[in-house]
Amino acid sequence: MTLPMTSKAFDLAIVGGGIVGAACAWEAARSGLSVVVIERSVIGGGATAAGMGHIVVMDDSEAQFALTRYSQQLWQEIASDLPDDVEYEECGTIWVAADEEEMIEVQRKEVFYQERGVAVEILDAAALRQSEPNLRSGLRGGLLVPGDSVVYPPCAARYFLEQAQSLGAQLRSGVAVVALSNDGVKLSDNSLISAGITVNATGSWSPLLTPGIDVQKRKGHLLITDRYPGFVRHQLVELGYLKSAHSISSDSVAFNVQPRKTGQVLIGSSRQYGVGDPKIEAAMLSRMLSRAAEYMPGITQLSAIRTWTGFRAATPDKLPLVGQCPGYDRLYLATGHEGLGITTSTGTAKLLIDQLLNRSSAIPIAPYLPSRVHQEAIHA
Amino acid sequence: MNNPGDTYDVLVIGGGPAGLAAALSAQQSGLRVAIVDDNPGLGGQIWRGDQHKPGTPEAAQWLRRVATAQVKFISGAYVYEQPEPGLLLAETFEGRRELGYQKLILATGARERFLPFPGWTLPGVAGAGGLQALVKSGLPMAGKKIVVAGTGPLLLAVAAYLQKQSANVLLIAEQASQLLSFGLSLWRWPSKIFQAIQLKRELAGIRHLTNCWVESAHGDNRLQRITLRHGQKTWDVACDYLACGFHLVPNVEVAVFFGCELQEGVVQVDELQATTVPGIYCAGEATGIGGLELSLVEGQIAGFAATNQVQQARALFAERDKLQQFANLLNRTFALRDELKRLPQPDTIVCRCEDVSFARAEKYPEWRAAKLHTRCGMGPCQGRICGPALEFLLHWQPESVRPPVFPVKVGNLIRDAGSLIEQEQ
Amino acid sequence: MPDTVMLTINGHPVIVPDGSSVATAVAISGAMAFRRSVHGEPRAPLCGMGICFECRVTINGQSHTRSCQIVCQNGMDVQTDE
Ligand SMILES: Cc1cc2nc3c(=O)[nH]c(=O)nc-3n(C[C@H](O)[C@H](O)[C@H](O)COP(=O)(O)OP(=O)(O)OC[C@H]3O[C@@H](n4cnc5c(N)ncnc54)[C@H](O)[C@@H]3O)c2cc1C
Ligand SMILES: Cc1cc2nc3c(=O)[nH]c(=O)nc-3n(C[C@H](O)[C@H](O)[C@H](O)COP(=O)(O)OP(=O)(O)OC[C@H]3O[C@@H](n4cnc5c(N)ncnc54)[C@H](O)[C@@H]3O)c2cc1C
Ligand code: FES
Repeated sequence: MTLPMTSKAFDLAIVGGGIVGAACAWEAARSGLSVVVIERSVIGGGATAAGMGHIVVMDDSEAQFALTRYSQQLWQEIASDLPDDVEYEECGTIWVAADEEEMIEVQRKEVFYQERGVAVEILDAAALRQSEPNLRSGLRGGLLVPGDSVVYPPCAARYFLEQAQSLGAQLRSGVAVVALSNDGVKLSDNSLISAGITVNATGSWSPLLTPGIDVQKRKGHLLITDRYPGFVRHQLVELGYLKSAHSISSDSVAFNVQPRKTGQVLIGSSRQYGVGDPKIEAAMLSRMLSRAAEYMPGITQLSAIRTWTGFRAATPDKLPLVGQCPGYDRLYLATGHEGLGITTSTGTAKLLIDQLLNRSSAIPIAPYLPSRVHQEAIHA
Repeated sequence: MNNPGDTYDVLVIGGGPAGLAAALSAQQSGLRVAIVDDNPGLGGQIWRGDQHKPGTPEAAQWLRRVATAQVKFISGAYVYEQPEPGLLLAETFEGRRELGYQKLILATGARERFLPFPGWTLPGVAGAGGLQALVKSGLPMAGKKIVVAGTGPLLLAVAAYLQKQSANVLLIAEQASQLLSFGLSLWRWPSKIFQAIQLKRELAGIRHLTNCWVESAHGDNRLQRITLRHGQKTWDVACDYLACGFHLVPNVEVAVFFGCELQEGVVQVDELQATTVPGIYCAGEATGIGGLELSLVEGQIAGFAATNQVQQARALFAERDKLQQFANLLNRTFALRDELKRLPQPDTIVCRCEDVSFARAEKYPEWRAAKLHTRCGMGPCQGRICGPALEFLLHWQPESVRPPVFPVKVGNLIRDAGSLIEQEQ
Repeated sequence: MPDTVMLTINGHPVIVPDGSSVATAVAISGAMAFRRSVHGEPRAPLCGMGICFECRVTINGQSHTRSCQIVCQNGMDVQTDE
């Protein structure tokens, strides 16, 4: 062990009990570190409660692929141990191609995934309709990625934390961290917790504790329906998603529909920058649902039970910040997971603890190090 | 469908006594007034189904007045969203309606409070007002053996009603203990004495116990018998239906959704029944459980106030104050006893939509944590049934309200011109 | 007869007085349950006023419809979770 600590109460203080903080706590405890997690509110009550819980391998960049693929495999390893309420289901993803242009993208994706060992299958129009009878007719086809899955994120976070606790990790909940220092953290009740290393895992709130890091809020709306088992069978994502989700500046919506293990249908998604207010925006919700209805007309007839919003923690290059915070010896970051933090929580935890313990990692870590974005030291 | 004519100077949400009274007072100003209610007919809870066959002369009189006044009634329409100020969306069986307004009067009434006990999810166990509502919509009762239980003045009204429908009401089990002092103080409200005497006549022959409550219900797939407790004594009674409700809970969700502040769980209003949001008034049970007369008076005040007829509104203040005192007495009398908190067993379901047991819910300190980790309150009733129960059992405070205020079709949340759901019809 | 309506419940014809709610018709039909809960328990109406969702049935193919709030129409096709 190479941690610069000893006299501290804990080896590691993790601030934030979202899925990322919880996963890091488990990995740390499993690796023999003494850990405390400080969560000001409910475990998994932040972006983790808002997320769709799609465990998905992405091909936006090599680095994104590597982390999502690695993470997905880690999920598969623990899948059979997950309790029922985590609702893990390997339903697979279908990337839906509306037209010929998007079908070309399907072929490109097929090659990309196959070359990297991910099983995929091209669906033509007929096969797509057979797989998902409630999609409208006239769609061109799709790419099925059978290994992708779906979980219920808050219960996954709780499970990770329980595992950590069973290995000795401590939880301090209901109290906020107000400052990070080299010696540990200061709490809202003015007490201090000393720790060798502090990890800022507060997601979209992370710049509040570490001013200067480039993490921005990206708002999303979601809607869930009553139970309609079989209405949707795979996580369905339009390929136009790639075009819209990647435009950093403007608001966008995409057809992104998920079957829950309960039979409920979870409908997304929207992306907005520069909005800090969590309220449901009728116009945005309407746009998002109308996009969903273009692909699945029957969706309009389902009973909508609830809507909510959440904030993704977005970085300029769409990759998370995992590692030492430039300018600080003992402050590490595990944030900036944008719309993929449920998926990449497992991989993030490995990469972070590998760094702390000087272990070699299963994938190259350079693309995720905070120093790639912040060449200068961050001094608040 | 988006009829531009659907715009009103005063829009009243809820067609119960408070809403009817509000609409009639508002309409005297000559402005355009409408009532929107999710039921097929006017009358709210107490006068449900009375539009065709009024149960009392008072119901007949109010319903006749509305029928002949210039008040538009939008029936079978549930208000669920306000996409922009001055515009409401309401869902109907056929689709969606958009309703514009200048002033809004919320008269959303109350629902029954239900408390979990072993067996309360069996078919045959219904609310007290709940069973009454079902019978009013046609459920035959002749010869059925029924126990009416829980708490509140509603139990007496329901027992009398069911008896009139030829049911065999075996017992009224009231958990409260101080009905005597309640009866003694009635002299201050002469009209209540008259009602009480009339009720007493109708209830003649029905056994009535105070300090008595249902401990559990039993049956195979359907209610067969219940276990009652009265002091130290417990015994079983075989019955076809248990009509069991624990007084009322105000329907404040719509008000909260519009941003109106609450005070001790009810919509906060000033002397003119104005809420904390300009242009929005509230009357009836949503501002506190107070019964029919108070709802009528509050409704009138709100209707006058919303249309600048302030003198007329003020003239009713004294009457309202007097009825408010009665309401206070009522709510004190029927306060829930602590023993009821011990009825749910670890495996008793508390959230009926998601089948969450008491043991699972109890582990959490508050709503949001329990919601996220057990799905408690996440079903289609949106916590309207388990919420008040858990507030009593575990002191959990209700959460915020987001659109839709009530489950609606996905298509009814899509609002571009000629939305899909409308094209399909 | 003008003052009754006929509908089918789980495939069986049921005749009820005009103006009856679908909940009433289901109760008269003797169907075991209106709906089955998440764990498969039979459930029937609780609130009678459209709030509890315990009376949900499928009416003319539309699932999760609250039967206590819908008035019977001639020819309606109602399915419960038997
Ligand atoms: C609409 C939407 C859909 C999404 N869909 C998916 C998806 O399908 N798949 C996927 O992989 N990802 C998805 N995501 C992304 C995913 O939800 C997030 O990346 C992930 O939840 C981030 O987890 P986290 O632990 O970093 O952050 P959070 O869950 O936000 O956790 C941070 C925690 O820190 C706590 N905290 C903050 N400040 C303090 C403080 N000062 N002191 C103590 N505690 C503090 C907060 O209370 C919170 O619990 C989606 C996100 C959104 C918004
Ligand atoms: C089930 C039940 C039975 C009752 N029976 C009796 C009785 O027999 N005798 C007695 O003295 N008292 C009875 N009461 C008490 C009764 O509530 C009051 O005495 C009186 O009816 C209150 O009038 P109100 O106008 O405030 O509310 P209500 O009569 O409750 O009227 C409110 C109306 O608003 C509608 N509404 C609510 N939200 C919306 C929305 N978003 N969109 C559209 N419409 C909406 C409701 O459906 C309802 O029709 C009963 C109460 C309940 C809950
Ligand atoms: S009985 Fe409660 S919604 Fe119909």
